Amino acid sequence: MVDLSISLNNGLNLKNPVLTASGTFGYGEEFADFIDLSRLGGFVVKGTTIAHREGNPYPRMAETPSGMLNAVGLQNKGVDYFINEIYPRIKDVDSNILVNVSGSTIEDYVATAEKVNELDNIPGIELNISCPNVKEGGMAFGTSCESAAAVIKEVRKVYNKHLMVKLSPNVTDIAGIAMAAEAEGADSVSLINTLMGMAVDAETQKPLLSTVTGGLSGACVKPVALRMVWQVFNAVKIPVVGLGGIMNATDAIEFILAGASAIQIGTANFIDPAVTVKVVDGIEEYMKRHGVSSVSDLVGALKVK
Amino acid sequence: MKKILDFKLLTNELLNQDTYLLGLECTEEMPDIKPGQFVNVKIDNSPETFLRRPISIHDVDYENNILYLFVKMLGDGTRKLQEAKYGDIVNIILPLGNTFNLNYSKNPILIGGGCGVAPMLYLAKDILNKTGNKPTVLIGARSNNDLLRISEYEKYANVFFTTEDGSAGEKGYPTQHSVFDTESFDFIYCCGPDPMMQAVAKLAKDKNIECEVSLENMMACGIGACLCCVQDTKEGHKCVCTDGPVFNINDLKW
Repeated sequence: MVDLSISLNNGLNLKNPVLTASGTFGYGEEFADFIDLSRLGGFVVKGTTIAHREGNPYPRMAETPSGMLNAVGLQNKGVDYFINEIYPRIKDVDSNILVNVSGSTIEDYVATAEKVNELDNIPGIELNISCPNVKEGGMAFGTSCESAAAVIKEVRKVYNKHLMVKLSPNVTDIAGIAMAAEAEGADSVSLINTLMGMAVDAETQKPLLSTVTGGLSGACVKPVALRMVWQVFNAVKIPVVGLGGIMNATDAIEFILAGASAIQIGTANFIDPAVTVKVVDGIEEYMKRHGVSSVSDLVGALKVK
Repeated sequence: MKKILDFKLLTNELLNQDTYLLGLECTEEMPDIKPGQFVNVKIDNSPETFLRRPISIHDVDYENNILYLFVKMLGDGTRKLQEAKYGDIVNIILPLGNTFNLNYSKNPILIGGGCGVAPMLYLAKDILNKTGNKPTVLIGARSNNDLLRISEYEKYANVFFTTEDGSAGEKGYPTQHSVFDTESFDFIYCCGPDPMMQAVAKLAKDKNIECEVSLENMMACGIGACLCCVQDTKEGHKCVCTDGPVFNINDLKW
């Protein structure tokens, strides 16, 4: 028997290290035809804001080599809609449901987090200070230690369950931001959000996205994500949740070895909606093959020398 | 219920310079598929193609467990799919999306432009099966060379066509066809390039005919998770993959 379970602090205990990335897994329900949601360590529902957001105009997606750009812009119906319409439908899934909380101002983040704090079956939030696709807020909070610290500090005051902070890779020193998050009381950090990128159609001489720039995700970002997970793992004591281009169990193991206590699967869900459970099975198979009894023994076990 | 299934390629027929017909045998029981729905096809051997390709359903042969896809080569993904050989496995997610209005009216017309004719075969077949009446199918093409599988459509429908160069049928666009002067239609189903669908929508509004169009915005997931394929509607952004692909023109901002 191998033990896939892992604890991420402050009451967030996962039956296995496989989570899904916000914005790629809807509210989980969209995947219920394909997988048993209770087999997941958890899932992070789409970015939720205090008020309804229409998101950016179409086109908001462009395929790129081994990846894609998106500029959805946090389209969602607001936190009250989530609480009244979505939460009752998904709250009894035997898994950990985390809400990705976004905002344009510190007050927005605080108000949304305060509401989600009241939901018994939501053991944590992922504070999104790294969305590259909104004009105000979002990534702006996650690109300096001071602004990250400011928003985390205020949310921490009203949110007492697991507080995961999602970091932007569009910075010069992600470890510095992670340390700032840890200092303000974050229970864990997740990284990476999408990398800022753009795509151009040479024939029409136009950008492919309505917003010109967008966020890059998919297999192509994995080396950057792995490097950042490694750097952050070596800089903080709180658990690191790794994501960015994980397409299969081997990718997931690589992130765990680099220091991720848990991983999130994002864009891969679009290509194979059943990929998450295959990754769970693949991690178990890897552990048996390598004689590892507990997944926690693999976290950061990279043999550097 | 949506499923991820492997299909075995049985036939792969090039119909003209850039369009082909795939016959795919389901390795399990074929799910129940309704006219207007689509599939999302995984593309192998194309480094340029990261995401699946959404393709409308051309026909379903339940007796022989075969799905037919009518595909236009637009990029490397659809070109690589055309190179698939007999026996190759093609992984497909289906059935996806909503359906055309299946409460069939007395005298509907199905308008397809370019490869937008693809879903009209399965719809015409269903209309004939359910009502006993052949609907009208009007096909718009660039030229005679682009009028494909006409004899198939004629099995289930009264078929008319327009070509832009006048090489077959009436010269011009579908909305200019004389069938609108001689017949009185009570429902329009339409699929094709956006400008054509918008022209058809205008004609439908002018003649006060109910009209549905099938849209084909770029998608990543096809199951309503990524929110990339949105169409701006009177009720805000809606996903073409799950709220559509079929929309009543009254719900659009056209």
